[in-house]
Amino acid sequence: MVFDTDRMTRISDDMVEAEAVKGRSLWQDAWGRFFRNKAAVVSLVVLSLIVLFTIIGPYFAVWSNEEIDWNLMGNAATAGQPSIENGHYFGVDDLGRDLYSRTIQATQTSLIVGVIGALVAVFIGTLYGATAGFVGGWVDNLMMRTVDILIAIPYMFIIILLMVMFERSFFMLFVGIGVVSWLDMSRIVRGQTLSLKHKEFVEAAHAAGVGSFTIITRHIIPNLLGIVAVYASLLVPLMILTESFISFLGLGVQEPNTSLGALISEGAGTIIYGTLWQLLIPLFFFVVSLMSLFFIGDGLRDALDPKDR
Amino acid sequence: MLNYILRRVFVAIPTLLILIVLCFLLMHSAPGGPFTSERPLPPQVLANIQAKYGLDQPMIVQMWNYVVGIVTNFDFGPSFQYKDRSVNDLIAAGFPVTLTYGSISFVLATVVGVSLGVAAALKHNTLLDYIAVGVAFSAQVLPNFVMAPILVIIFTWQLGWLPGGGWEGGKWPFLVMPVIALSTSYMASIARITRSSMLEVLNSNFIRTAKAKGLPTRTIIWRHAMKPAMLPVISYLGPSFVAMITGSVVIDMYFSTGGIGLHFVNAALNRDYSVMLGVTILFGVLTILFNLVVDVLYAWLDPKIRY
Amino acid sequence: MKIAQNLFAGLLTSTFLAGAAFADSHATHPVTGQALASDQTFTYRLLDDIPSFDPQVLEDVDGSAIARDLFEGLMNQDTDGNLIPGVATGFTTNDDKTVYTFTLRPEAVWSNGEQVTAGDFVYAWKRAVDPELASPYSWFMELMSIENAKEIIAGEKPLDDLGVTAIDDQTLEVRLTASLSYFPQMVTQATTFPVLQSVVEAHGSDWTKPENIIGNGAFKLVEYVPGERVVRERNETYWDNANTILDKTIALVINDENQAYTRYLAGELDRTEVPSGQYPALKAEFPDEAVSFPRLCNYYYTFNLSDSGPEAFKDVRVRQALALAVDRKIITEKVLAGGQPEAYTFTPGATAGFEIPEVEIATMSQSDRDMKAKELLAEAGYDASNPLSFDVLFNTSEAHNKVAVAMSQMWKQKLGVQVNLANQEWKTFLETRGNQDFQLARGAWCGDYNEASTFLDLLTGPSGYNDGKYSNPKVDELMIEARSSNDPQPLYKEVEEILASEMPVIPIYHYAGVYMLDTDLGGWPVDNVQQRWYSRQLYKIAE
Repeated sequence: MVFDTDRMTRISDDMVEAEAVKGRSLWQDAWGRFFRNKAAVVSLVVLSLIVLFTIIGPYFAVWSNEEIDWNLMGNAATAGQPSIENGHYFGVDDLGRDLYSRTIQATQTSLIVGVIGALVAVFIGTLYGATAGFVGGWVDNLMMRTVDILIAIPYMFIIILLMVMFERSFFMLFVGIGVVSWLDMSRIVRGQTLSLKHKEFVEAAHAAGVGSFTIITRHIIPNLLGIVAVYASLLVPLMILTESFISFLGLGVQEPNTSLGALISEGAGTIIYGTLWQLLIPLFFFVVSLMSLFFIGDGLRDALDPKDR
Repeated sequence: MLNYILRRVFVAIPTLLILIVLCFLLMHSAPGGPFTSERPLPPQVLANIQAKYGLDQPMIVQMWNYVVGIVTNFDFGPSFQYKDRSVNDLIAAGFPVTLTYGSISFVLATVVGVSLGVAAALKHNTLLDYIAVGVAFSAQVLPNFVMAPILVIIFTWQLGWLPGGGWEGGKWPFLVMPVIALSTSYMASIARITRSSMLEVLNSNFIRTAKAKGLPTRTIIWRHAMKPAMLPVISYLGPSFVAMITGSVVIDMYFSTGGIGLHFVNAALNRDYSVMLGVTILFGVLTILFNLVVDVLYAWLDPKIRY
Repeated sequence: MKIAQNLFAGLLTSTFLAGAAFADSHATHPVTGQALASDQTFTYRLLDDIPSFDPQVLEDVDGSAIARDLFEGLMNQDTDGNLIPGVATGFTTNDDKTVYTFTLRPEAVWSNGEQVTAGDFVYAWKRAVDPELASPYSWFMELMSIENAKEIIAGEKPLDDLGVTAIDDQTLEVRLTASLSYFPQMVTQATTFPVLQSVVEAHGSDWTKPENIIGNGAFKLVEYVPGERVVRERNETYWDNANTILDKTIALVINDENQAYTRYLAGELDRTEVPSGQYPALKAEFPDEAVSFPRLCNYYYTFNLSDSGPEAFKDVRVRQALALAVDRKIITEKVLAGGQPEAYTFTPGATAGFEIPEVEIATMSQSDRDMKAKELLAEAGYDASNPLSFDVLFNTSEAHNKVAVAMSQMWKQKLGVQVNLANQEWKTFLETRGNQDFQLARGAWCGDYNEASTFLDLLTGPSGYNDGKYSNPKVDELMIEARSSNDPQPLYKEVEEILASEMPVIPIYHYAGVYMLDTDLGGWPVDNVQQRWYSRQLYKIAE
């Protein structure tokens, strides 16, 4: 086997070098590569603009997200279109509430739920999967059977039960969504770890007497980052989609708060009644945010992929 | 290998038992019960109902009876919501439906997704790549509860080409919209995972070596790159297949297909304990089965994995 | 003994209709003279799958509609909701209305050719109270006050003690424990429909499957695909088959109302519900298709007046203020916009014999109401420095959500009240409300029968459905008096006046049925406030 000689040499070198130095250079390299990726950089800018908008947007709002404009209530289809004059820049919803303020608040909710949910899932999933795959034997078996059991429970069931058993809150959303989503992650990571484990550089580290936990965090996880980044980037929109699905079932955040998913599902219901903006505006923010997240995820993958060096 | 498979099948039995217990506990901890209704039932009526369904017994007895019923008669009990029907009836009626549209969606999503992903990876940073990625992204970000009504508005109302819902035993016009609405987001995920994994493999040293040796691209792709590139895809396909053939509540809801996807949500909302358990066990068995399939495929694709 | 002769008026019309041939594509409707379509198929939307086709077991509105096609009870309702003969040609009763004797028509047969006998009714009614069947609707037999029904349900007496006897094949006698003048209305309810003992016993719980089911209604079940469709076709053996025009009724399960509307536009449905808030626009666009008519249901918010309820709501001025500040015109005209009547009383005005009393709140203008609300709240000691704050509980649904949001904004903007909205999923909501674990909660009630007591009984102390735990001995007394009174209407009026002054609940609106009905569909009973419709009343007009 010729192809891994380079890597073997490099890894032996790494092991001699101080860990910190290696860590820094890896991330510095990645940083540089990320900024050479145009799509990712543009997406990062777009996403930052959206985040910025949700922060400064409220200062330009004429109406709050819960106030009803009684003049527009009930005739949204004829008089509730986006308008500068009456202060409803994005129009109003079916009840005559300002979509501008609601969209801003919804975007905040969705992004926060998505990112935190994904972080929770990725953190638990990666650590769990890498440990199972690396340690192997009965530990792996036990851990993966546990995942099998958990994964075999339809996740909607868990979320519905969580949402009905406890007071509804943002916190429950994070927990609910995060808790049901790390399982896939852990399986994928384990699969990758299994194949990494028998790579020579890991066996070498093992032979050199490096502890298991250190090998997992220093060698296995960095090598998994590519796939983890892609999966995490898949996960953020999936989290946001899951949240929207929960809202669609009516189990999402409580009024007067809302989320993009809730606004979209409301808007999607009324397409044929001539209030298209009620779908298009939240959908625009939804699509743009998710697309940006995808491109950033891909950029991260390219940047972090150790094999790419 | 056979030994390994047998061991896994054997392990599946306690797994399922734990699943049943977990599910029982979760369900019973939710507020309300199957017979909580707008008009509270008089205590006597409620007592009769609970006696009929054995809900008046301690939970451990209920669980035991349930498991015994399954093992001896393959009987998953009566539905509390659909009082003329047993869980077996409901699954027998609904599962073939989701299995049909789910399998078709799966094949479509896999074939298109993998092709799109490989093509994008091979033509990395070309127009084709950008188009493939763009298509995949947009397919993924459009929630199917937005896509479903739009499909019906276009194909049923405006064009009049397809029926707006129903199943009729799975005739093709009834399949088109459910398959499109279900497969697109999976297709997109598969394309993205394939592309990313393929790129990773193509950049690896052994492929570079193969290229340096002057092997034809076709040989490199099919003989060397395809197998390792498929590993993460297969990890994803296993659970996706299970999710697709057990249906989707959005699809069953919007297209009135009568599949079991709806039961996953409705049974939980109706506190229809036996249906919830029935679909969960079905889901559990399929998940365990296809996880095994994934592991076997893994071993076959990557001989370095030892069991 | 007196014979209820007015019931036969309906029979005259049907005799007049008999004999016309409707299979002919050039046929016209015998009464209206409209040309009939050659394809007599009616397709409508079902919100959810049907939980059961078993008349004694089912409890839902849609299931009952199907049961009315597949089975026929002693009495039926006509398109206006009046009582007309069914399997029974009529009935007699004793003076204190505790014994009813029904005479069954000999020509009524089951779809397997057997005759429908009084014994079939006896079997079905015993079945309804049988603890072994444990029907969730067995309480209806209790409500009917049939002798020993309560004891049998409780397992204290054997089934055979039920106060119903087949004197001969054509005569059914029912004995009641209380005098009930509206008893004959109650036998139009599916729970009282006959079933054939031999079929039920031969197939067990599978007897309602299309291949097994035997009915005596104008239609028979030919196909049932769970979650997708229910198809019923004309029953040739039905005694009045000659007057049935429709050949086939298809019910399609479509959960989403907007999806159903799109499919209606695509011509796949003849009837669907108008999504909330869309009625004015659709009425303008399709004036002949969008219809709205009052229904026998109310919609209200109930204060929690039990010990667990907030102190503030124990003050009648606070309750009055909140009730006054709700602008019902906005809710009925702008939020729901489906022609719902504004509600200032608990009982809907559409209820038979009930005339809405002139309660003060109904006569004021909204600005007067708002002014008075502010005064009352200030008197009760709530102002900007000490604002009233409470939680509003309702179950998850877009329409309920809209009403709750609108009301909370009205209170907030007019009275400076702090309102926290909480929606809960249905079962959790019922549990929470039933345990008095709320402050202000949504409630709604549809009449079990067409009489004001079905609503007002709800707010009596002993009622099991009185989730707000309102209790006023005077109300209880009046309602007991009403039961045996010959003219209970003044008593109902008095109860409503007490409710208006004490305001234990805030009536918001009374329901309306808001449908899209295809122009080629004839005979839909828009004037039947209980919406007890029968496929055999319908017909398709040639276009």
